[in-house]
Amino acid sequence: MKLKQLSVFLENRPGHLSHVYEVLAEAEINIVTMTLADTSEFGILRLIIRDWQRAKQVLEAASFTVNTTDVMAIEVADEPGGLGKVLKSLEGSGLSVEYMYFFTGKSKQHALIVIRFDDPDRASVILTSVDVEILSATEFYAEA
Amino acid sequence: MEHNIHPECMPDYLEPGELRALQLARLKNTVQRCYENVDLFRNRMDASGMTPADIQSLDDVSKLPFTQKTDLRDTYPYGLFAVPIKDVVRLHASSGTTGKPIVVGYTKDDLEVWSSVMLRSFVATGMHEGDVLQNSYGYGLFTGGLGAHYGAERLGATVIPISGGNTERQIMVMKDFGVTAICCTPSYFIHLIEKVNAGKARFEDLGVKIGIFGAEPWTQSMREYIQRESGIKAFDIYGLSEIIGPGVGIECSEQAGLHIFEDHFLIEIVDPETDEILPDGEEGELVITTLTKQAFPMIRYRTHDITSIIPERCACGRTIRRINRIRSRSDDMMIIRGVNVFPSQIEVALLSVEETAPHYQILLSSKGGLDQIEVQVEVTKEMFGDRIRELESMQKKIAAAIEHTVGLRVPVHLVEPNTIARSEGKAKRVIDQRNNEG
Repeated sequence: MKLKQLSVFLENRPGHLSHVYEVLAEAEINIVTMTLADTSEFGILRLIIRDWQRAKQVLEAASFTVNTTDVMAIEVADEPGGLGKVLKSLEGSGLSVEYMYFFTGKSKQHALIVIRFDDPDRASVILTSVDVEILSATEFYAEA
Repeated sequence: MEHNIHPECMPDYLEPGELRALQLARLKNTVQRCYENVDLFRNRMDASGMTPADIQSLDDVSKLPFTQKTDLRDTYPYGLFAVPIKDVVRLHASSGTTGKPIVVGYTKDDLEVWSSVMLRSFVATGMHEGDVLQNSYGYGLFTGGLGAHYGAERLGATVIPISGGNTERQIMVMKDFGVTAICCTPSYFIHLIEKVNAGKARFEDLGVKIGIFGAEPWTQSMREYIQRESGIKAFDIYGLSEIIGPGVGIECSEQAGLHIFEDHFLIEIVDPETDEILPDGEEGELVITTLTKQAFPMIRYRTHDITSIIPERCACGRTIRRINRIRSRSDDMMIIRGVNVFPSQIEVALLSVEETAPHYQILLSSKGGLDQIEVQVEVTKEMFGDRIRELESMQKKIAAAIEHTVGLRVPVHLVEPNTIARSEGKAKRVIDQRNNEG
C-alpha cells in the first residue's frame, strides 16, 4: 500500500533545481509526479518515480542528498467536496497530514492525492474503513 | 617636549636608564611572586632548572618559559591566579580557542594600574578632563567597556557608559550630549559615520574631535577614510585581556606607532617559528611580560600579534618605545566586530550538535564597514529527513550552538554535499573576503 517517495535537499540558488532534472533525464528516468517545498534558505524536492531505486543511486552519484519516505496515494472523487469528505473522515482520529500534493492520472476519473501521514498504518486503517480507495504502488505507476 | 605634562603621565618620559632599572626591579618581583604562587610558572621554571634569583638583568627574561593561550585554557578558570580569590575584586573573560572563555582577574591595585594606563592613553590622544567621552565599547565581561570607562573617569572626563549597539541612540547621544570624543571598534565607527552622513547632518558638524579605536586591526587607509569622512582624529589603541585589557599601547599625536607603557609591560619580539629574540626594527611576534600585575601576572605571553619595535625616539617626546600597528597574526584567530573568534570554536559547536563534524566553511565579508561572518555546513544523509521543519530546527540548533560558544550571532547556511572544497592537507576553513588591504 505504501508508495516510495524520494526527497532531495536543494540549496535555494539558481541552477540547483534544474540540475536534478538534467541528471534524471540523462539517466532516462521518468518522473511520475513531484512537488517542491521551500523556505527562504533551502528547498526539498519530493519525487515519485517508478524506478526509484535507480533514481536514488543516480542522484547520489551526482552528490545530491537523497532520502526515501513512505507516502500514500489515495483516490478522490473528481468533484467539489471530493477531498473534503476524505479529510472529514480523519477528523477526530488524531492523525495529522504532513503534506500532500495532487496528480491527475491517465484514467482521469479520479483525482489522485499523494499524502504523507505521521502514522501511515493508522491512516490506512481509518481510510479503508470509510471506503477510501488507497492505491498500491503498481496501480499508481499505471496512472502515469 | 611636553611642558604641561599630566603628573600621571610622567613615566611616559622616563630616562631610558631609569626606566630599565624600574623594569628590572619589577621583573624580579613579578618572577618571585609567580614562582611562589602559580604552579604552572613554578613547574616550568623548575623543569628548566631556573630560580627567580637567576633574573639579574633584563636580558635574563629570555631564560624564562613562554606562556600560551592554551595554558589559560588548561588552567580554567583560576589556575594562573597569583592571589587568593578573595583578593580579586574584578573578573573579566574573553574568547578561548574552544568552548570555554579565558578568565582574568584584578586586585584593587591592578585596577589602579589599569585605569592609570588608560588615563595615560587618553592623554596621549589629546583628551583632557573637559572632554565628553562616548564609550561605545561593550560593557560586561569584555575588558574594553570598563577599561575605557575607569581610565576616562580617572582623567576627569565626562563619561557616557552607552556600551555598544542601538545605533540610533548612539547618534542621538552624540548630537545631544555634546560628545567630543568617542571610543569603539573602528568598524562600528565607520558604521556610525555612514548612518549619520546618510541623514541630514554631516558628521564633521558634530562636536566629536577624537576617536580611540581598537579591539580589532584596522589599516592606514581605514584611518584616512575615517578621518576624511568624519573630520575627527583617529587613534589606534592596543591591548589584550591576558595582559590587562586595553591600555597596553596607544598612538600619540604623531599617529606613528603605538607607545607601550613599558613601566608596566616588558616587551620582546620573537621569531614565531624559532623563538629567537629579534632586534628592534625586525618584525616578529610580540611577547609581553607584566611587571606590576598582582592577580594575573603573565610571563612571556605569546600574543600571536605580528609587529616590530620602532627604535627611534618619537617626536612627541615620550621615551617609552613604540610598536608598529598590528597588521596580522601568527595564528588563525579572527576578529569579527571586536570579538575574537577561532575556527576551532565553530568546530566545537558543530561537533556538539552532530555526531561527526560535517564539512563546514566560515565566510568572512564586509557589509557597510562591519565585519560579517557566516558559516556554511554541508547537509549529510544523517541530518536530512523529509521534513522542512527538521532541517530548520537543525539549522537553528547549529546556530544556537555557535552563538553559545562564540558569543556572536552567526548565520548558518545549509549547503549541498561536496560544495565545500576538500583539501589535501589542512582544510581551508576560513574564506576571508573582507576588504582589509591597504
